[in-house]
Amino acid sequence: MPFNILVLSCLAYVIFLFGVAWAAERRADRGRLGWLQSPLIYTLSLSIYCTAWTFYGAVGYAARSGLEFLTIYLGPTIVFIGWWWILRKLVRIGRQQRVTSIADLISSRFGKSNLLGVIVTVIAVVAATPYIALQLQSVTLSFSVFASPTDDGFSPPGTEATAVWVAGGLALFTILFGTRNLDAKEQHHGIVTAIAVEAVVKLIALIAVGVFVVWFMADGPADMIARIDASEIADWNLQPGRWAGLLFAAGAAVICLPRMFQVMVVENADERHLATASWAFPLYLFAMSLFIVPIAVMGLERLPAGANPDMFVLTLPLAEGQGALAMLAFLGGFSSATSMVIVESIALATMVSNHIVMPVWLRLRPSRAVSGDVRRLVLLSRRISIGVVLGLGYAYYRMSGGSTALAAIGLIAFVGVAQFLPAMVFGIFWRGATRIGAALGMTVGFVVWAYTLFLPSFGADAVIPAMVFIDGPWGIGWLRPRALFGVSTMDPLLHALFWSMFLNTAAFLTGSLLTFPGPVERMQGAAFVRVFDTTTGSPRGWQRGLAEPEDLLVMSQRIMGDEDALVFFEAEAKGQGKAGYLPDPTPEFMARLERRLAGSVGAATAHAMMSQLAGRATVTVEDLMAVASESAQIMEYSARLESQQEEVTRTARALREANEKLMQLSIQKDAFLSQISHELRTPMTSIRAFSEILTEGDLPPELVANYGRIIHDEAKRLTRLLDDLLDLSVLENGTVQLNLGLSNLSQMIDRALASASHTKPERSFIIHRDLPMENIFIRTDADRLVQVFINLISNARKYCDAASPELRISVRQKGGRVTVDFVDNGSGIAKDSQALIFEKFARLTDQTRAGGAGLGLAICREVMANLGGTITYLPGQGGAAFRVAVPLRLERKAG
Amino acid sequence: MTARVLLIEDEPNISEAIRFILSRDGCDVTALADGTGALDAVRAAMPDLVILDLMLPGLSGLEILIQLRADPTTQSLPVMMLTAKGQGRDREAAERAGASHFMTKPFSNDDMRAAVRALTQG
Amino acid sequence: MAQAPHTPPLFLRPASYRQRRRRDAARLLPVIGVFLMLLPVLWAPQDTFHRDTAPDGIYLFVVWAVLIGLAMLISRSLNATDEDDPDAPGDQGLGQ
Repeated sequence: MPFNILVLSCLAYVIFLFGVAWAAERRADRGRLGWLQSPLIYTLSLSIYCTAWTFYGAVGYAARSGLEFLTIYLGPTIVFIGWWWILRKLVRIGRQQRVTSIADLISSRFGKSNLLGVIVTVIAVVAATPYIALQLQSVTLSFSVFASPTDDGFSPPGTEATAVWVAGGLALFTILFGTRNLDAKEQHHGIVTAIAVEAVVKLIALIAVGVFVVWFMADGPADMIARIDASEIADWNLQPGRWAGLLFAAGAAVICLPRMFQVMVVENADERHLATASWAFPLYLFAMSLFIVPIAVMGLERLPAGANPDMFVLTLPLAEGQGALAMLAFLGGFSSATSMVIVESIALATMVSNHIVMPVWLRLRPSRAVSGDVRRLVLLSRRISIGVVLGLGYAYYRMSGGSTALAAIGLIAFVGVAQFLPAMVFGIFWRGATRIGAALGMTVGFVVWAYTLFLPSFGADAVIPAMVFIDGPWGIGWLRPRALFGVSTMDPLLHALFWSMFLNTAAFLTGSLLTFPGPVERMQGAAFVRVFDTTTGSPRGWQRGLAEPEDLLVMSQRIMGDEDALVFFEAEAKGQGKAGYLPDPTPEFMARLERRLAGSVGAATAHAMMSQLAGRATVTVEDLMAVASESAQIMEYSARLESQQEEVTRTARALREANEKLMQLSIQKDAFLSQISHELRTPMTSIRAFSEILTEGDLPPELVANYGRIIHDEAKRLTRLLDDLLDLSVLENGTVQLNLGLSNLSQMIDRALASASHTKPERSFIIHRDLPMENIFIRTDADRLVQVFINLISNARKYCDAASPELRISVRQKGGRVTVDFVDNGSGIAKDSQALIFEKFARLTDQTRAGGAGLGLAICREVMANLGGTITYLPGQGGAAFRVAVPLRLERKAG
Repeated sequence: MTARVLLIEDEPNISEAIRFILSRDGCDVTALADGTGALDAVRAAMPDLVILDLMLPGLSGLEILIQLRADPTTQSLPVMMLTAKGQGRDREAAERAGASHFMTKPFSNDDMRAAVRALTQG
Repeated sequence: MAQAPHTPPLFLRPASYRQRRRRDAARLLPVIGVFLMLLPVLWAPQDTFHRDTAPDGIYLFVVWAVLIGLAMLISRSLNATDEDDPDAPGDQGLGQ
């Protein structure tokens, strides 16, 4: 097949995937997740377990060692049908703690330790590098097999060039869809959907080749079995050690591989999907491996002796002249490679940015306050990390020369990531596991793995001198990389697996037994191990009242984005029975906020950032014990006693609240009367004094005119005040007549701006507007809404104290509501006053009045209530900021 | 002798009215619009009478009064308090703080003149 | 917390009882799986010269299919009832 057609079909396929990812993202953005979150998509996305290694390499593996390749699929099958043991718990913990990666899980479990995050990240990157190289290699290999040089003048470029193009293209795709947004929970609907599509393609491709082999080349299953019996692999040698060891390694890898953890735990939208995947994913693996042996047998039978068995899936249809089938197989292999690389690099980039870049940044940053947009930094570091990870893979591919059999490289990576297993499994089942134990275990395991398996894989004399293989380092025989402690008869892979896992677990257990965990560690340990136990009281990690809610809000906005942070804070405040956006910094709220932030930047970083604002989390072991005994005591109470008590407390609280409300009403009424008296008397004083002066006569005419004008102005002021008071009373009684109609929001803002420009006309204001967003038709009482806008704009004109004042009016539409924000660049309103400004006659302080009766915002509030909307003060916007929210369609109230 | 009056009142129209009434009556009136610089102004000018509004931007009239009474040089200075609130509470507070006279807005011009005369000549 | 009794009841209602046994089955399944998959180690020692690839393969695929079928049955029955009976304190697997 001509090379250019091959490249074109690849491009077309990638563009198609682009389209799929893009469409899925758009659906998700509109909140119509629907089938994007179905168990089917979840199961298919898990299929990134089957990489190009599986797609091409399994046949090669079968051609070399018979049925042993099945262990790679049987191991995960056991883990998945045993989901009730481990996977269910992992997924629950992942969702509850908003885990972003396997590094985050382990770091979070052991007291949000950044050290562990770094260790896991380093191991994962090192282990993944050859694996990514393997994918690049298989794609380039398939290119070169497929695109045999033709005489039509278009010969394929060298394999290096192909690898560069593939790596670059994958980096681009991953960056585009993998780092588009920094979600609270790291989920990428576009990528997951594209991967599900690729899963279908590779399954269909492999099955198509298999069907072709069994029913078209052979005469059905019976003939196929006869051919297997007649082939070179009719008698396979089952090596018990390797069989069991590989089952174990594959089972461990399916949990520990960063990309598997990403799709299985991080991208999981619903725990129930796991129940489906528990049988559907093994079924997928079953289908993927069903035809491996027939293809291998047929390849050995039909193809020339020197043919690379790793490429049988491609070369067999090609040799039979089935171009279309070969094309399909090629796309299947291409899918396997690309989907693996995309998810692996996202998972690794998340780990690198959360556990290496962010902590370094936090430490280097000079000031305590969070400055700049953290989101941009995180996204940038992820994009760079993706490039670096793929670059490493490419470098390894160039270095290793791409000659090793595919299966060997894959198994090296499996054993590498299996080093996470003891820390992870003991971490979620055993509260005695400690940070130091985990760090020791993983480090020891990693070193042993690197020394006995990874570094030797480069070949003798490449990294480790050949002498060391024979005599051991410094002539110490029992330290030979292939024969640790004199164990020389084992298969090298098994040898490495055995020693790394044994020493890892031993170091882990010893470390855990000998060290004492810190308080945060114990807290997290309990939360992880007892994740299903809903009755344990949540321990308090943060002390009350040490952090300013406004600082927390500013920090959260930088990480979660303005809108999400405001929504979260508002919901929290509402949960505490407070209006507005600033909940009290209770320990419960702080813990929830930390968890939410952890979903974006990882537990360790989130914890460190919170600590900077709230002081160290000052929980002690005594605190933990107090909480434990407290919850134990509470359980002692009989249910009846408790409910009675609750009833009494509830009633008492209701009474107390009613009483407080009455008292406050009475105080408010007094204050209101006194205020009204003041506001009425002030213009009255001028009117009376000047009218007496005028009646005394004997004045120059210009003074008469001047004083007459003052009397007139003050009379107008009195009238306005009375109008306002009447307006307010009508609004408060809810007897106001609304003129509902459709009006354009942009025109309403125009009207308000024109009208408010009479206030302090000498100040030049810069107004920022978003005209396209404003172009909404709202069914409401336009005059009333404009009245509110005028009030807010004139307030900004009056009170904004910036040297060059600016006002930003931004409009958002969400569901059936429209919000209009008015944000100026002045010094804003002091926190204490924020709760008061909507009260009648509340001026910012009694002293700083600048005319006006102080009824404006009170009227605004009542108007908004009558329009079915709200007006609130938005803290933390860098100036005075008000948010007006109205329903898009206001329906007339019944009756 | 012309009595020198220092008027501290934030409502410009009321301030203008009092200035006019007292000037015609032969006083020399200086007007201030907020409480911040009021204490310094009093100490610098040492007027014969201070007329103080109770609610002022900057420093409230009541606080100015309390500080004037605490300073030996201004301890016996006649001070007239003005208020638009007109509640008994405010009057009591002003008298406790040592106001020489208390006047509720709105006032009749004659009352104002009479009170100023009494305070500056008495 | 008010409705959480201090000690779990000694005997369960039939529905809960069935639920618990289904969970036990879910826990047992991988153990059976491991046993069946390691079985070839016992009856296929490496020094045979039988043509055993085809029969071993068929055995493994049959075991595999049966396990998938059982997992499907179990997960369906668990899934349907998972919501109305969140884990009682007794259901902790290896926990604590």
